[in-house]
Amino acid sequence: MAEQALPGWKKWLEGSGDQFIFLKGFFRNMFRSGFEWSEFVRQCYEIGYRSFTLVGTTAFIMGLVLALQLRPTLVDFGAESMLPRTLAVSIIREIGPVITAIICAGKIASSIGAELGSMKVTEQIDAMDVSGANPMQYLVVTRILATTFMVPLLTLIGDVLGLIGGFLAINISGKVSVMLYFNKCIASIDFTDLLPAFIKTIFFGFVIGFIGCYKGYNSNKGTESVGLSANSAVVAASLWIFVIDAIVVQISNIIIY
Amino acid sequence: MEEKDTIEEPKHPSSKKKEVVIHIKGLKKSFGDHHVLKHVDLDVHRGENVVILGKSGTGKSVTIECIVGMLVPDEGEVKVFGDDVPEMTEKQLKELRTKIGFLFQSGALYDSMTVRDNLEFPLTRVLRIKDQAEIDKRVEEVLDGVGLMDAIDKMPSDLSGGMRKRVGLARTLIVKPEIMLYDEPTTGLDPITSREISQLILKMQKKYKTTSIIITHDMECAEITADRVVVLNDGEFVAEGSFDEIKGSKDEFVESFF
Repeated sequence: MAEQALPGWKKWLEGSGDQFIFLKGFFRNMFRSGFEWSEFVRQCYEIGYRSFTLVGTTAFIMGLVLALQLRPTLVDFGAESMLPRTLAVSIIREIGPVITAIICAGKIASSIGAELGSMKVTEQIDAMDVSGANPMQYLVVTRILATTFMVPLLTLIGDVLGLIGGFLAINISGKVSVMLYFNKCIASIDFTDLLPAFIKTIFFGFVIGFIGCYKGYNSNKGTESVGLSANSAVVAASLWIFVIDAIVVQISNIIIY
Repeated sequence: MEEKDTIEEPKHPSSKKKEVVIHIKGLKKSFGDHHVLKHVDLDVHRGENVVILGKSGTGKSVTIECIVGMLVPDEGEVKVFGDDVPEMTEKQLKELRTKIGFLFQSGALYDSMTVRDNLEFPLTRVLRIKDQAEIDKRVEEVLDGVGLMDAIDKMPSDLSGGMRKRVGLARTLIVKPEIMLYDEPTTGLDPITSREISQLILKMQKKYKTTSIIITHDMECAEITADRVVVLNDGEFVAEGSFDEIKGSKDEFVESFF
């Protein structure tokens, strides 16, 4: 039994070691001279702007559905006035960051995994490396920093659109002015809600970029491996998002409360 | 080394009394239990075109990947310009690679960039040239050399196989390397385009005065480009000489190529 389990553990340990080396390579190349600003800006555009519609639509619908689902329960308790507060806290603290990150894991991690995987299979990464250029700096550092920078921004936009969705849902069945709704939302959120949520989105962004790049960059040489890289990037990034979420919530609870 | 059909002399005149730029001695490389290179010795002289012939999976690509430091040999010496490649630091290796051009079988063009961007990439990232006029001059010169000026703003997906190889060659030559390594440059091309690529390799070698190792199965490519041919079988070189000498070899394995 132990003998059967050993290769799996060995593989896991090897994978962890490889990821650590890759992470070290990322940090080392991040601080090297010749940062690829134009590629970084291009990646920010590709990752941020091109994900905006998907993230925005999903967040809007999530806010709308959440308000529609919450309202009957709150009405039963005579706490309908708590609806903006409940919506704001749940969207800002949890739903906004996690939903945005999961969507980005699906869209961005898979696309980075597939793109770099395809570059690996077609020897483009080898060609870059063998020419004396630095593929880590050009391909990996720019993508990881772009996701780390853009996912928090997308989350911010998603949060606002989620709250707008909630406002629309409230106005379907009741009538609340825009000013009153957003005043109540803003009044119910304080620094201790915003900061942990913002910090975790930075980690979410980093992990999405890192896993996408790692899986793609280390693809095997075969067309099948491109699909596998994209797929495993989504699975691993999604899993890590929940793990990071749990850790950040625990730590912020210990520190703040 | 038993019954090795080694044809030492006469070598091509260009290889005589010239500096050895690539020196390989006792090179061994295995992947798991698979011993790809068992014992490889090879000296390549400045300005010489050496063709490595061999069946698929005999370690031809592994040999040139060891030269450029993509693979680390298990045993043996690999020296380029007198420096031991496996012992090099990352920085030394990077510096060495600026002097070596590597043309991949597929051309390995960066498919998210236009032909122009592909060609500018090594200039701006490897040579760190900032002057746009100098970059444009080099791009146009090298593209003109491979006869593809019209394709300058095209994407790699819009190019044919032969055009991709030409652009790949142009991208490799743009940094003016001293050594060129060609990994099956004519594979997958029709006979006419193959001949054109082979002639282009020779033309570029004369123009840029490079030392080249060409891996190929294509006998016409070998005939056009080779100053010297070495034949690799089962992880060892089994024959060496000019193309005509190899062609006249009585070795059964060597004969099977013709």
